[in-house]
Amino acid sequence: MSAPAEAPATGAFCLALLRRQLTLAARRPIEIGNPLLFFAMVVALFPLGLGPAPDKLAGFAPGILWIIALLSNLLTSETVFRSDFEDGSLEQLLLAPQPLFMSVLAYIGAHWLTTGLLLALVSPVFALMINLPGQAIGALVASLLLGTAVLSLVGGIGAALTVGLKRGGMLISLLILPFYMPVLIFGSAAVQNAVLGTPAVPYLAILGAMLCLAIALAPLAIAAGLRISVDA
Amino acid sequence: MWSFFHKLGSPPWLFRIAGSILRWLLPVTLVALAVGLVWGLLFTAPDFRQGNSYRIIYIHVPAAVVALAGYYVMAIAGAVSLIWKMKMADVAMKACAPIGAALTFIALVTGSIWGKPTWGTWWVWDARITSMLILLFLYLGVVALYEAYDNKEAAGKACAVLSLVGMVNIPIIYKSVDWWYSLHQPASIKFTGESTIDPSMLYPLLWMIVTFYALFTCCLLMNMRAELLEREARTNWVKKLAAENRA
Repeated sequence: MSAPAEAPATGAFCLALLRRQLTLAARRPIEIGNPLLFFAMVVALFPLGLGPAPDKLAGFAPGILWIIALLSNLLTSETVFRSDFEDGSLEQLLLAPQPLFMSVLAYIGAHWLTTGLLLALVSPVFALMINLPGQAIGALVASLLLGTAVLSLVGGIGAALTVGLKRGGMLISLLILPFYMPVLIFGSAAVQNAVLGTPAVPYLAILGAMLCLAIALAPLAIAAGLRISVDA
Repeated sequence: MWSFFHKLGSPPWLFRIAGSILRWLLPVTLVALAVGLVWGLLFTAPDFRQGNSYRIIYIHVPAAVVALAGYYVMAIAGAVSLIWKMKMADVAMKACAPIGAALTFIALVTGSIWGKPTWGTWWVWDARITSMLILLFLYLGVVALYEAYDNKEAAGKACAVLSLVGMVNIPIIYKSVDWWYSLHQPASIKFTGESTIDPSMLYPLLWMIVTFYALFTCCLLMNMRAELLEREARTNWVKKLAAENRA
């Protein structure tokens, strides 16, 4: 019988987890592309539904872009823990000596890097398509960068609570959308203010505060949710 | 002292105690409700500017106050069941959700009925109204999550986590009318400083708020009793009770 191997330090463990999640995502590039494609498709729905008048679209643009970002985040959140739950690696993660709080952060970080970050970076293209005034693009990217990170963390809570359920898809929207609403309010307000030429920074600061709160508290709820789902 | 806690964990004891509380609390509450309604709706002076339509506050305000307080009860019960694994706290949490949802719904509906003649619109997207709507969704989310789990023990824990996360929303609702410029008026009743409501209107309102708390307690105890019977359906004390009632 061999002596048990030394457990890796938490930092190294989380980095390895992050790398694993990113590698898994990179092996399936279409999974990374899907949310962006979704974003593009839904952007195309609005001119069809609201009429293509440029000034009208420009008025709605901040809200439209933020709502689509929120929906695409909602759709991808559901899958964060799904495959690891199904093949049993989640159970191994719960048994690991490293704190679950940190490993959960690695999962959410990988989710944000492959969805929110990319979405924020390509959002200027879509913003131009629906005629968002140029001076608001900086605020849009900044608010999406901060806001989608909050969304990923909060969405993780819903994903953790519903991962063991067969019909989690609709339920996760019911559970999580109420918590998305404050992010939507301040995110679109930041862009709206930039459009009007008033400072967007106060709203970005509130988004930043929400992010701090979410980083500190959401992993606790996610970890508790995962333990419940795996036990059930 | 400790035996009390042990008894609290015993379903038949809780069922009996809840029954004996209800035996006097329920009639008292119903009488108080009738008295408060007649007092508020018929015997108070009409408002100087709003006339008679303001009278709906005797239902609207108590329902809203207790809807928020009910969320605390639910979340605290959830925390107790998570931390100390008390089964009865889990029962209380589950019993809270539908009552809270109903009260929130009453507050929203009465508010919009009052809003039509006063503000000229059924609905505005104002900070407090929107956050009360979110509160309704939070309650319904807890109900939906509980129903989605087949394993009811896990369902209780998952709902407890969800209701604790939802606590973030409650201080925001309380403070929304002070933090944001909104159509909804700020609180007229203040514990510190002068209330901006006349005593002749304040007393029936306070009466109704206390009555609604009692009504919430009654509904909670009744729901808990029903839930206890359902969970313990296979045990001897429930079978004995059913046999007694049949006889």
